[in-house]
Amino acid sequence: MFKLNSSSFEQTIEAGVKLGKLLLPGDLLNLNGDLGAGKTLFVKGVGMGLGVEQDFITSPTFAIINEYEGGSHPLYHFDLYRLETELELEQIGYLDYFYGDGITAVEWGNLFEEFLPEERLDITLESMGLDARDITFTGKGKRGKMLEEKMRGLF
Amino acid sequence: MKSGLTLGIETSCDETAAAIVKDGTEVISNVVLSQIDIHQKYGGVVPEIASRHHIEAIFPVINEALDKANVSLEDIEVIAVAYGPGLVGSLLVGVAAAKSLAFATQKPIVGVNHIEGHIYANFLDGQSVTPPLVCLTVSGGHTDLLLIPRLGEYEIIGRTRDDAAGEAFDKVARVLGLPYPGGPQIEKLALEGNKGAIHFPRGLQEHGNFDFSFSGLKTAALNYLNQAKQKDEMVDLPDFAASFQWAIIDILTEKLMAAAEKYGVNQVVLSGGVAANSTFRNYVQKCVDERGLELLYPPVHFCTDNAAMIASAGYFRYNAGYRSDYSLNAVANLRLGDK
Repeated sequence: MFKLNSSSFEQTIEAGVKLGKLLLPGDLLNLNGDLGAGKTLFVKGVGMGLGVEQDFITSPTFAIINEYEGGSHPLYHFDLYRLETELELEQIGYLDYFYGDGITAVEWGNLFEEFLPEERLDITLESMGLDARDITFTGKGKRGKMLEEKMRGLF
Repeated sequence: MKSGLTLGIETSCDETAAAIVKDGTEVISNVVLSQIDIHQKYGGVVPEIASRHHIEAIFPVINEALDKANVSLEDIEVIAVAYGPGLVGSLLVGVAAAKSLAFATQKPIVGVNHIEGHIYANFLDGQSVTPPLVCLTVSGGHTDLLLIPRLGEYEIIGRTRDDAAGEAFDKVARVLGLPYPGGPQIEKLALEGNKGAIHFPRGLQEHGNFDFSFSGLKTAALNYLNQAKQKDEMVDLPDFAASFQWAIIDILTEKLMAAAEKYGVNQVVLSGGVAANSTFRNYVQKCVDERGLELLYPPVHFCTDNAAMIASAGYFRYNAGYRSDYSLNAVANLRLGDK
């Protein structure tokens, strides 16, 4: 587990950018934290790191999945906040994305933790006041642990 | 057949709708079946559930529109359908229905951009739309500021960089334990409150930037509620709702007016579900009056998704010589100007 203290909006995005540059097809990020903790903001950074135009990365709450092309790899941005049953998760075709050849960022992934791949990077954002956030990276599986180590090395 | 009758079909989100409109302006029938009760328990629309309900509803809704207008499919001159933007599974149902009807009857079909439809909703009230104008579309899924230099041409000059304005309403309402959709609930609470009680931040306030950001406002509002909870203080809900709503209205209106001035327009158009908020409308009206401009907004029942506006937009595109063919497909992230 690696904990990063971000004191601003900009630092939170920058952490996302750094992580985005490390990602490869098949990687999955599981993002959790309260409403307003900065999950979408962090994913904006990840997308920027992949070369996606930042203004295209918006909240997926309404559509459940946003797909962004134009970066070095496709980025699939999920929000599971409004889903309640396994059936709904199946119906949005999660298997094709989670085990596909793009990069997947899942907001509120812990709501369906047992459906997430074993190889992943868990990221938790916690509000520490106005714009300050504690960002915790916990790698799962070999690839997840490698990403955690690489992030630790960058700060 | 030169009947001037357009069959409009709209299924881009959680409304299954069909309408018959004559000459692009006269609404003969307008049927909207809302799934709002179904989605209320989810705090919003769930795409696959929406799509299944569209499939069940689409032909009964089209038949009802024809029956109410007392016309048959044979009387229709052109079929117009919203093909994006929206939820792809929902859009597909309307597009497939429109294409199969067009094929069976050999009538022309025109694909319509859903956002463009919202602009044409103004024609349905007998108002005269005279570009150049700026149009602000605000809903649960969209916050788009458009410049329309002349009819049939569009330029997106601003959009949200994170949450849609309606989404900020919905999320804060959900935390307050209010039912979906959140906007009307917050507006109701706000009527008894003081909009100056709490100052919430406005995103991207710098001059000349027409993009929006509502994520910071959402976070500030949630922080305010959390802090009160931690200190065990009571939140004055009407004051909170009025101040939160005012932050959204203030920034939307400020950018809309700045755009109107920059592009030297005569008319300002409001559309989308949030345009049904009367506090918002009244404030925009006041600002528009001060500048000697004209404000257009559709009547409340044409602000939310409907097929009459799709029929109107489709009719004018058809008259401009535009036709779609059977390769017409649903495009979830369709942008204005995309073909």
